[in-house]
Amino acid sequence: MSSMMNRDLWKEILASLKSNVLRTMVTAFGVFWGIFIMVLLLAASRGFETGIKHKFSGIATNSLFVWAQKTSMEYQGMPKNRWYRFNLKDEQAIKENVKGLKVVSPRNDFNTNIVHGLKSGSFNVEGNTAQFLTQIAIKLTQGRYVNQEDIDQKRKVAVLGWALIDELYEKDEPVIGSYIQIKGVNFKVVGVYKDTSIEGNNNVQAQQKIHIPFNTFSQVFNMADQVNYFFITAEDGQSVSKLKEQIIDVLQKNHKINPLDKRAIGNFDLNSQFEKFNLLFTTLTAVSFFVGLMILLSGVIGISNIMLIVIKERTKEIGIRRALGATPYVIKKQILLESVFLTVLSGMGGISFATLLLSLVNIWIDGLDPFEIMVINPTVSISTVLLLFGILIIFGLFAGMIPARKAVKMKPIDAIRTE
Amino acid sequence: MIEIKDLYKSYQMGKNVLPVLKGINFSVQKGEMVSIMGSSGSGKSTLLNIIGILDELDQGTYHLDGLEVKNLNEKIAAQYRNKFLGFIFQSFNLINYKTAIDNVSLPLYYQGVSRKEREERSLYYLEKVGLAKWAHHLPNELSGGQKQRVAIARALASDPKVLLADEPTGALDTKTSYEVMEILQKINNEGKTIIIVTHEPDIAQMTKRNVELRDGIMISDKRIEPVLAKDYV
Repeated sequence: MSSMMNRDLWKEILASLKSNVLRTMVTAFGVFWGIFIMVLLLAASRGFETGIKHKFSGIATNSLFVWAQKTSMEYQGMPKNRWYRFNLKDEQAIKENVKGLKVVSPRNDFNTNIVHGLKSGSFNVEGNTAQFLTQIAIKLTQGRYVNQEDIDQKRKVAVLGWALIDELYEKDEPVIGSYIQIKGVNFKVVGVYKDTSIEGNNNVQAQQKIHIPFNTFSQVFNMADQVNYFFITAEDGQSVSKLKEQIIDVLQKNHKINPLDKRAIGNFDLNSQFEKFNLLFTTLTAVSFFVGLMILLSGVIGISNIMLIVIKERTKEIGIRRALGATPYVIKKQILLESVFLTVLSGMGGISFATLLLSLVNIWIDGLDPFEIMVINPTVSISTVLLLFGILIIFGLFAGMIPARKAVKMKPIDAIRTE
Repeated sequence: MIEIKDLYKSYQMGKNVLPVLKGINFSVQKGEMVSIMGSSGSGKSTLLNIIGILDELDQGTYHLDGLEVKNLNEKIAAQYRNKFLGFIFQSFNLINYKTAIDNVSLPLYYQGVSRKEREERSLYYLEKVGLAKWAHHLPNELSGGQKQRVAIARALASDPKVLLADEPTGALDTKTSYEVMEILQKINNEGKTIIIVTHEPDIAQMTKRNVELRDGIMISDKRIEPVLAKDYV
């Protein structure tokens, strides 16, 4: 391979490419354009992935919701169509029997009338634990969230969704430290949150909830140890989808539910939903890659075509070279290198131009609120660039193969005689 | 140096077979300067191409410097051409985007000679044909005679055993033709074997041996006293 570094060889290659600059550039444009489109597509799908995943940032995606429904089968003397409730003993049982869980949060909720001063409305109230903050994407815009002391001391404090402020407060009225009435009970507002996983301003209802300490909820609203939901997050190395059966198993035993009863325990597996998202993005990247590759291929066929014309024009020259002692290998090598050089050079041009364009787009995107847009940081990684480089070399070789073979097919004497 | 026995060569022209060489016996000793004469279609160029390993014979044997040339693959053929033979063509066949010195260097490049040595040797041969000053000019900046002299320098560059010239003066006027012949005579006097194909009798008179072909058969082969080209220049 030392001959690759050969200065004379490169001189020869450059000389023949320079002999028709315009044609070389037009040919190069095919590959330039192909790789340009490919980089843009890959960057767009990556930016889209980053953008969507950003919306999930803060959410523990390795999580499972479970809630109680009506049983549909008889079991151990219990009738079917029985209503039952989860309770705090279930929390203990799940924590003791299922290994690999990080957080098990109980939650109670209901819709009720909320009053503040002269304003009121029906909104959703949730009793949450302090760990809940680690499981969902909540950003506090004012004050603080429910903490462990609130829970332990059953304090009557509330954290409001930011979209509630307009509904319950006058303009510029201070929110922190004010009081709201939930079912006639006064709660002190200690914080305002924004759920960042919810798209923009659209889903206002989801931003109009009131979070209060779980224990306060149980006591004030007479829930005893009843639990509406469990929000369960697995440890990082574990998949909650795999632990789901064990969790359901524990709950079935606690509540005398037939193990075959699929309807008694409602659940929503965030993890498997998220994996579907991942599959979507993998597919998107693969499609971008495939489409780019196809466009690139037509560019490469252009190079192959022009190389065929070039060797036809240079038939006589190739004949002369062979008369002077150039072996078929030397001739083929030169044509292949020319083809690879042209392909890689124009491809690198395409990559550079696409990267330049993307960096301009990035400057523009950086000025926008990341929660308001779908695409964040559309770029391609270094490893993708290296992969594209490898593809260019292979395609260049491929483009040069037929012309190279054709160049040495003719007898030298016939080649010299061509005019 | 060259030993050809019972050489037959024919070309396929559609359905017809066209015999071009019909039993040639021909040998050339080291240091000879031979002209091959004949009208067009006599087979003289075909014979030269076979000697130059640019074409293959159908029947017979060909020995070049004791080596039999037979069924060579293109790689070996290219190496033999490079080592043993130097070509001079009627239309010069210089590579037009390379300077004179780069053209002369080409056979050495294919031998893998280092760049520095290539340049030294090429310059030496350009000097020999009187074109050292023109080393860095492109072919289209040179006259026909100068181009052919560059081609001669290129043919000499790899120090081949035999120089093969196919109508070397065919594209040149009389005066320039004689200048070229003068150089070839000088090279021959230094010991190089030269075979020239020509249809010009005055050029043939400047060689030491005259061979005439007609319809693929050698009709005469005689040694002559060469006319010195420099007397006419």
